[in-house]
Amino acid sequence: MNTTRRTVLKGATASGLLASLIAAGALRPTHVLAADWNKTAFEAKDTAGALKGLGAGAPADSKDLILKVPDIAENGAVVPVDVVSNIPNTSSISILVEKNPQPLSCQFDFANGALADVSARLKLAQTSLVKAVAKADGKFYTAQKEVKVTAGGCGG
Amino acid sequence: MKYRILVLAALALATQPAVAQNKRPAAKPPAAKAVQVPAAEVKDAATLEFEKFRAEMEDSNPAELFEMKGEEQWKSKRGPKNVALAESCDLGLGVGKIEGAYVRMPRYFADADAVMDAERRIVWCMVEKQGFKFDDIAKQPFANETFTPDITNLVTYVAGHSRNMKLDVPLKDPKVHEAYEIGKEIAAYRAGPYDFSCNTCHGSDGKRIRMQNLPNLSTPTGAMGGVQGWPGYRMTGGIMLTHQWRMGDCFRQQRFPQPKYASDAVSYLLTYMIGNANGQVYKGPGIKR
Amino acid sequence: MADPMKIRASLKGDVAEIRILMSHAMETGQRKDAAGATVPPHFIQSMTVTVGGKKVIDGQIGTSVSRNPVFGFKMKGAKVGDKVVVNWVDNKGDKRTDEVAVA
Repeated sequence: MNTTRRTVLKGATASGLLASLIAAGALRPTHVLAADWNKTAFEAKDTAGALKGLGAGAPADSKDLILKVPDIAENGAVVPVDVVSNIPNTSSISILVEKNPQPLSCQFDFANGALADVSARLKLAQTSLVKAVAKADGKFYTAQKEVKVTAGGCGG
Repeated sequence: MKYRILVLAALALATQPAVAQNKRPAAKPPAAKAVQVPAAEVKDAATLEFEKFRAEMEDSNPAELFEMKGEEQWKSKRGPKNVALAESCDLGLGVGKIEGAYVRMPRYFADADAVMDAERRIVWCMVEKQGFKFDDIAKQPFANETFTPDITNLVTYVAGHSRNMKLDVPLKDPKVHEAYEIGKEIAAYRAGPYDFSCNTCHGSDGKRIRMQNLPNLSTPTGAMGGVQGWPGYRMTGGIMLTHQWRMGDCFRQQRFPQPKYASDAVSYLLTYMIGNANGQVYKGPGIKR
Repeated sequence: MADPMKIRASLKGDVAEIRILMSHAMETGQRKDAAGATVPPHFIQSMTVTVGGKKVIDGQIGTSVSRNPVFGFKMKGAKVGDKVVVNWVDNKGDKRTDEVAVA
């Protein structure tokens, strides 16, 4: 992307061209990306609010959405989460931690050959349901599992 | 116990305030019974569940971020003398040679006339070769949530170059052997308000604290349990900590005065512990709960 | 300036696996420091992964992601040598771009 952008910048003698490229979505400079952050969904204080912010409303349970999380987390500060969607045409996956002060943890959109398969590490403030939400052909699907968070020892 | 005097001297020198109430050293811990199942094999459901995710956690370990920084710091000219450790520091295998150096320490370094663990040796190089002041390094030698000392990055980098190698502390060296024996005595030395020694928690099989099994440091696999994963990325706080830190924190947990940073006592204890684990495979910087 | 990421991209069969380690405090805004003062939120908000000039991942991140984030993605259609570029931007406008070739 950097190379592409540099090439375009070199060729763009008129700033107007650059502006129109940005407007057309052909170029997405980083500051534009940051502004895309879905504040409503990420700052929602509960799962319902976060889902609403994502436009997901009431997603349908799906067995084709595979959520892999530990039954008991070794440490709530770093909980490994894997989500794979076998639902055809999955275009995005979001992961929520129901009991966190702000449940929505991340959302990924896939394009150009990316598989609907993500792994991340999340903070769990306490024992909580972890919920994956996938979007496919404009519809939303979900899968969830509880992760227990325990007290620690002395850190190995 | 010809080393007892040395133990007391090492501890007195090592701890900040002198140990106020010296109690008699503990009797030798009983030898592990052959029929006893090693603690490492007694696994409850929670431990098994943790282990399912261990491989994945270790596969992408934020410790690598600290290794990257350490590499840059090892290779660049730094300090008042503007010298790189890569061109001046001998970790026992020759100047600048780091492949396999971590698993062969602690060892005796004639230039310092001391048995040193990896972290202490790198500190020695920073002071002697680069001109840094020991007191500056010792002021805040371990990481917290807003600061990671250079020495932590450097140790992590050096440790990363002993991945999948067998521990090989040169115990046949008489100086190293002596350090091992003193370390063994320190591990058995009971004192403090709880009258604890290292061995109270780490001298027999099957002990645990909350959800964590405690390794028995007197056996090879048990000792490896206390060596493996250090330096380690600590999930709590998300910080990188070294084996020296672990030793100091064990003293804190037994309500002892903490040993001085990069002191003989810590090197001797590490010689005992890592020496006991000789022959076991070290996996490199790890991840800790 | 933000510290570099560590990126690994390896081809296994026809699927490229991309693993990304980021160096970031990911402060939630809920934590108190040793003095009892609330540490203000400071976290990565967005990230992208571009492979061979095409954007494959467009991500948005919140405060529930662990400190020093680790992400893994998979894709089809990548070749050995393709350039993988990852960038992130946080809520204070700090950013970082790093790249690696598919191996």
